[in-house]
Amino acid sequence: MSDLIQIAQQTILSPVGLAAQDLDRMLGELTGKGVDAADLYFQSSRLESWVLEDGIIKEGAHNIEQGAGIRVISGEKTGFAYSDELQLPTLQEAARAARAITRSGAEQSVRISGVPISRQLYAAINPLPTLDEVEKVELLRQLDREARNQDPRVKEVIVSLVAAHDVVLVAAIDGTLCADVRPLVRLNVHVIAERGSRREQGSSGGGARESLDYFMQQERGLGYAREAVRQALVNLEAVDAPAGSMPVVLGPGWPGVLLHEAVGHGLEGDFNRKGTSAFSGRIGEQVAAACCTVVDDGTLPGRRGSLTIDDEGTPGQNTVLIENGILKGYMQDKHNASLMKVDTTGNGRRESYAHLPMPRMTNTYMLPGEQDPEEIIGSVDRGLYAVNFGGGQVDITSGRFVFSASEAYLIEKGKVTRPVKGATLIGNGPETMTRVSMVGNDLKLDAGVGVCGKEGQSVPVGVGQPTLKVDELIVGGTEQ
Amino acid sequence: MAQRKAELQQLIEDLLAEARRQGATAAEAAVSSNAGLTLTVRLGETETIEHTRDNGLGVTVYFGHRKGSASTSDLSPQAIRETVEAACNFARYTSEDPCSGLADAALMATEIPDLDLYHPWHQGVDEAIELALRCEDAARDFDPRIFNSEGASLNSNDGLHVYGNSHGFIGGYPSSRHSLSCAVLGKQDGSMQRDYWYTLCRQSERLESPEQVGRRAAERTVARLNARQLPTQQAPVLFQADVAVGLLRSFIGAIRGAALYRKASFLLDHLGRAVFPAFVNIHEEPHLPMGLASAAYDNEGVATRSREFVRQGVLESYVLDSYAARKLGMQTTGNAGGVRNLRISSGELDREGLLRKMDRGLLVTELMGQGVNMVTGDYSRGAAGFWVEAGEIAYPVEEITIAGNMRDMMMGLLEVGSDLETRSSVQTGSWLIDRMMIAGE
Repeated sequence: MSDLIQIAQQTILSPVGLAAQDLDRMLGELTGKGVDAADLYFQSSRLESWVLEDGIIKEGAHNIEQGAGIRVISGEKTGFAYSDELQLPTLQEAARAARAITRSGAEQSVRISGVPISRQLYAAINPLPTLDEVEKVELLRQLDREARNQDPRVKEVIVSLVAAHDVVLVAAIDGTLCADVRPLVRLNVHVIAERGSRREQGSSGGGARESLDYFMQQERGLGYAREAVRQALVNLEAVDAPAGSMPVVLGPGWPGVLLHEAVGHGLEGDFNRKGTSAFSGRIGEQVAAACCTVVDDGTLPGRRGSLTIDDEGTPGQNTVLIENGILKGYMQDKHNASLMKVDTTGNGRRESYAHLPMPRMTNTYMLPGEQDPEEIIGSVDRGLYAVNFGGGQVDITSGRFVFSASEAYLIEKGKVTRPVKGATLIGNGPETMTRVSMVGNDLKLDAGVGVCGKEGQSVPVGVGQPTLKVDELIVGGTEQ
Repeated sequence: MAQRKAELQQLIEDLLAEARRQGATAAEAAVSSNAGLTLTVRLGETETIEHTRDNGLGVTVYFGHRKGSASTSDLSPQAIRETVEAACNFARYTSEDPCSGLADAALMATEIPDLDLYHPWHQGVDEAIELALRCEDAARDFDPRIFNSEGASLNSNDGLHVYGNSHGFIGGYPSSRHSLSCAVLGKQDGSMQRDYWYTLCRQSERLESPEQVGRRAAERTVARLNARQLPTQQAPVLFQADVAVGLLRSFIGAIRGAALYRKASFLLDHLGRAVFPAFVNIHEEPHLPMGLASAAYDNEGVATRSREFVRQGVLESYVLDSYAARKLGMQTTGNAGGVRNLRISSGELDREGLLRKMDRGLLVTELMGQGVNMVTGDYSRGAAGFWVEAGEIAYPVEEITIAGNMRDMMMGLLEVGSDLETRSSVQTGSWLIDRMMIAGE
């Protein structure tokens, strides 16, 4: 048995008097004719958040979330029930509800065994107490001072700090017994700057599967404060954004949200099994320009989107989605992988025990190319240079996607000139990817702030890319 | 339910007593307990059956003007104890904030009328599957171009919510919510589109029939096939009622107390000023029987009452809870937790009438992305819909953006349709706006 399993048993099962044999017995009750797969997912989470606003520590909050989800699969059918009470009778009732998806069958015995994890991508720590309360409060105050000291035009500063400790245990009738301890910290600075009657905002932050010391190292926290102010001040000077179709150069790092929307969601296994994605049935086809290689990599140590194991117990993997423009594979959870007769890729994720797992992204990014970023900008006569973004959205069936620039500049005759106001960019995933004409040598991953939503479930993710140029994308400004 | 309500009230009372024992000078707590069934059928087969059961408890304690909060999904005595302790611990480190605290005791609701919110749906799983199958079948049979389906989903949820605070206020009520939705895919000449429809009510008898929902989903999907792009241009824009709800929500977001005291609103200092043309009135009706957002008291126990936020185009009231009200030197409007059954006054014209009035322009039926800057009001979103010529739909359009500024869009509102969207706590007909920038080819 690995240490992680021991930690999970001590954290979740022991306090409610459940033992490993109880899991064997419950799984046994889930087996039978017509049942192809079934699993139990136990979770215990503690989350803590702090907010500084108006120069004072305004909020401090603590959240406990604990429960178990029980899933039974028969062919394409799934039965699911969950409970936030971990008493055996309640769990058995939930198991019966989930099991009702198939009516026939007899109990069989299941013996689960823990397999050692080959590589832990983050330490099994609880980040909440890695700074004491006084230190947390001081960190927030320090960032507030730093932001205000940057420029007298800074009028409002909001700093928020979140630390989460998530312990999960997965047991399945295929014999899986796995556990994970997932720390996650995040720090964010939001400012409003004012000049005359004009007000603009700027926002910056980061995070990782680390202890809270992460924000002290390399002055990361202070860096977020400076960056938020810089963005707000740039936006104070911004003129109206252009409207229409034009070349767009996307900066490195967070603008990789392009890939998340334009190709990522469309390559999730469930949509492709059901044939509802614009990428369905296109493996082996050219779906992007030859300069594009895109991966989903859950194995990067300490990163926000990384997973030592996914929520079905499969170790995180590095999956090539698109290689030199050719579609190579989809992201899979166990259920979709088995129906599509391929291997799971470690992308089975769920928001919590109260949600069903499905194929989700981890850290999705494009590998670097050859070009110097200056050269890429220099190649554009009139276009947009977008370096920071808010969120995005995609309609996977038509392939249409949007993402909203929050910091962008005009490119005029090969030079970055004036800042322009935020604008939404819209394109069609497969089309846009074939219009990528230059890829920079400056791959960067985002700072660790991504949240992905799908069917009402949120999970932490990462994105990244080098500077890249899309020959034609629609920019939703107001200036014709 | 009555017994469960008594249990939860007892839980709140014990918890408030425990907070006082731990030194809190004031405290408030809310607990909710929901149970439901969600199921999906796809291509004529059951796909998922989910039995949901969610508990949640949140507590906020005050030590003078210092505040701490905590919440838990685990309602065991030890988790509740840990939660109260955690909240009290936070209050040692948060700052003295003269505006923090419970709402004034004098504002607490004294009567809690029955708003007719609880209509459980006593149906079996088989019966529910049957309804979902009828819905999806109706969609798939609607048109030969419908070739695939994301399925039909039925959701039925019953909940109980209890709130209490150390003024001695305690209130609780059960409620129900049922919905049926369907999403299908259509294909023609290499163009693939998806669209959906849903019905949502407190009482299952009032839902649209499964066949209506299915047909509507299919009709919307087929109408989008072979969509084109548009050239970049300025034109009038008609926001169909279901997407106009988002515009009304953005307006509400801008008059929320938290946005105002943070100076993060494009309607800062607009109280008493015209923000819409004179024909616009915006009214809140919190006691609407069976309303999706009805409640006799807000999230602080303050009695709710009907209110005009906009009268003859003029902004008459902000949306305030007691904290924001104190920050702004005003009185709470009983809107802790948001607005409850908000409605904008409608004109005479239905959607077809509005299309004729617009004559030539863009009918928007879908918006994508966030794209509303609440500080500046700058608006830029992805859109899909239909191009309108001579007052009639000419062809579907997609992959365009529409942009403008919320303040100009609100003042440029020409007409609100009679085609009211009722599936939301914020209700409106379609909005015809004089002019926006459309970016396309």
